[in-house]
Order: sequence, then structure tokens, then C-alpha cells
Amino acid sequence: MKTYEVEVRIWLKPSVFDPQGHAVEQALHTLGYAEASDLRIGKYMHLTVQSASLSEAQTRVEEMCERVLSNPVMETYAYTLKEVALS
Amino acid sequence: MKWAVIVFPGSNCDEDAAFAIREVTGDEAHLIWHDARDLSDFDAIVLPGGFSYGDYLRSGAIARFSPVVEAVKREAQKGKLVLGICNGFQVLTESHLLPGALLRNDNLQFRCEMTELVVENNQSPFTADYAIGERIRIPIAHGEGRFVADDTTLAKLQADRRVAFTYHANPNGSVQNIAGILNLQGNVLGLMPHPERAVMEWMDSVDGRRMFLSMHRYMKEARALVGANGSANS
Repeated sequence: MKTYEVEVRIWLKPSVFDPQGHAVEQALHTLGYAEASDLRIGKYMHLTVQSASLSEAQTRVEEMCERVLSNPVMETYAYTLKEVALS
Repeated sequence: MKWAVIVFPGSNCDEDAAFAIREVTGDEAHLIWHDARDLSDFDAIVLPGGFSYGDYLRSGAIARFSPVVEAVKREAQKGKLVLGICNGFQVLTESHLLPGALLRNDNLQFRCEMTELVVENNQSPFTADYAIGERIRIPIAHGEGRFVADDTTLAKLQADRRVAFTYHANPNGSVQNIAGILNLQGNVLGLMPHPERAVMEWMDSVDGRRMFLSMHRYMKEARALVGANGSANS
């Protein structure tokens, strides 16, 4: 068994309006950061998984993202997987 | 008729829904905890408003994995009536019993106010007592009621006349002003407004009564049909 550290990021699809991101972008503009645009707010999740192989871990994490962590109707996700070296 | 009102940890409109059912239809309404696995005893199921599981992850997302939702799916497949109100609507979309999703209101406000709905379909068990195009007054109370769906889904909803209600004045940015939708079979309705909060004069509207009455009549007629078939066979 290998141990993997997983980082998952989730955003609303580009086609879906993000009112939180919009409000924060407006706040940045008000504070003088006119250069800021396209601000989107998402979610970040961190987890550890035990798996026999990298490909198995990937399959399982993708399943988690599709079925639970994100709602594919309105969200997209990305993840990274890193093997944890045993000390 | 016997109604089940499902109670998740964090539901808070369950008592109101049960009150409305008893008051309007005279039927039995039972509060059913989320770990129930069998709902075959009930004629109709209501998923009430609230914040099931604290709205963790996404509203309705965790409730979807509770045992009772599997039972709700089973009864829905049999054609029993399932009404999802507010958080109940969110649970229905997360459970894929209804298409689309409900997101943060576009104005970022939690809107708690009376709204005017337009009846778009009066051919369903939930809306038969309304007139098509009629404007009814039903209050809303939500921060995440903006209905979204892709264009294909919206076209299908329209083609199948599955939009039950739209907002006269859109309070949350819902696409096409959609306030409530039906499943393809027409026995599952999800809506953000609260019909159970519009059933008494002192609630400032009684327009919600007809939803419960429509459902009651539909169930009674369905039962009478089954009874007639049964006696014809014997």
C-alpha cells in the first residue's frame, strides 16, 4: 500500500455566474486594484488516500470528485496526487 | 392519505409542512427521521426546507447519501408524489431526481419575502387546482435558490412542459425565472418558494393550500382507481 497526498480544487464552471467572486472583484477595484479581473472563488480540499498504485488512486479520486466532492452540473475540478515517502 | 415529512439533521420547516398538510387536507402527516429505510407505507413524501447537514459541501449534497433518500427514490419510481420545498428542492437536484442545480443568489442576499409566482403548468398532480398563467403569492426564504441548468436541459424542460412555476419578479437570478420544476413523469416537484407558509389568512396568503389540495385529490383519485380495478377482478 502506498500513501498519496491529494489536493482537490473545485470551481463553478466558467459559464456559471459566481456572485461571490464578482463581489470580491468589485471590492478590489474599490480599493484601487483596477488590474484585477476574472476573480472566481472556489473550494480547496486536502485528503490522504491509501492505494496499491498511482493509477488506482487516480481512478478513485476522480470518482470521489465526480460523485461527491463536486457537482458536475455546475462545477469543474482539478486535483494533484503526490506519493508520500515513508520515513 | 398518509404523508411522510422527512426530517434531516438541520431541517427546520418540517413542523410547518406537517401543520399545513393536516390543516389543509385533514390527512395524517408523520415526521420521518433521515435514517428510515422504508417509506412504502406512505402515499406522499415531502422534503421540507431548512439546512440539512448544515449545507456542508453544497446545499443538499450530504442529505443525498442518507438512507431515507434511497427510499424516496424507490417510492418516486413507483409513481408516488414527492414534493421538495426549498432545501428539499436542493436535495432533489443533488439526488438527480430533478435536473439542474441551485446556487448562491446572484445578488448575494438571503431573500425572505412574499413572491408572486406564475403558474406555468396546471396539468400536474401538484398544480391541478391552479389556473394556467395565474399569479399566486407564496413566500421565499433562501440564499441559494438560483436555478441553473445547461441549455439542453432547459430546452427539454420547456419542451416537456416541466416548468411548474416561474417568478413574476426574479428574486435570485434563476435562469428563465424558474421557481419550480417537475420530473419527466410529473410525480416529483421541487420548488424554492414555501407553499406551507401560505395556508392561513394570518400568513398573508392562502395560495399554498391548493397545492396540498391538488395532491390530496390526485392521491384519492389514484386510490379509487386502484380500488375499482381490484373489485372488478374479484
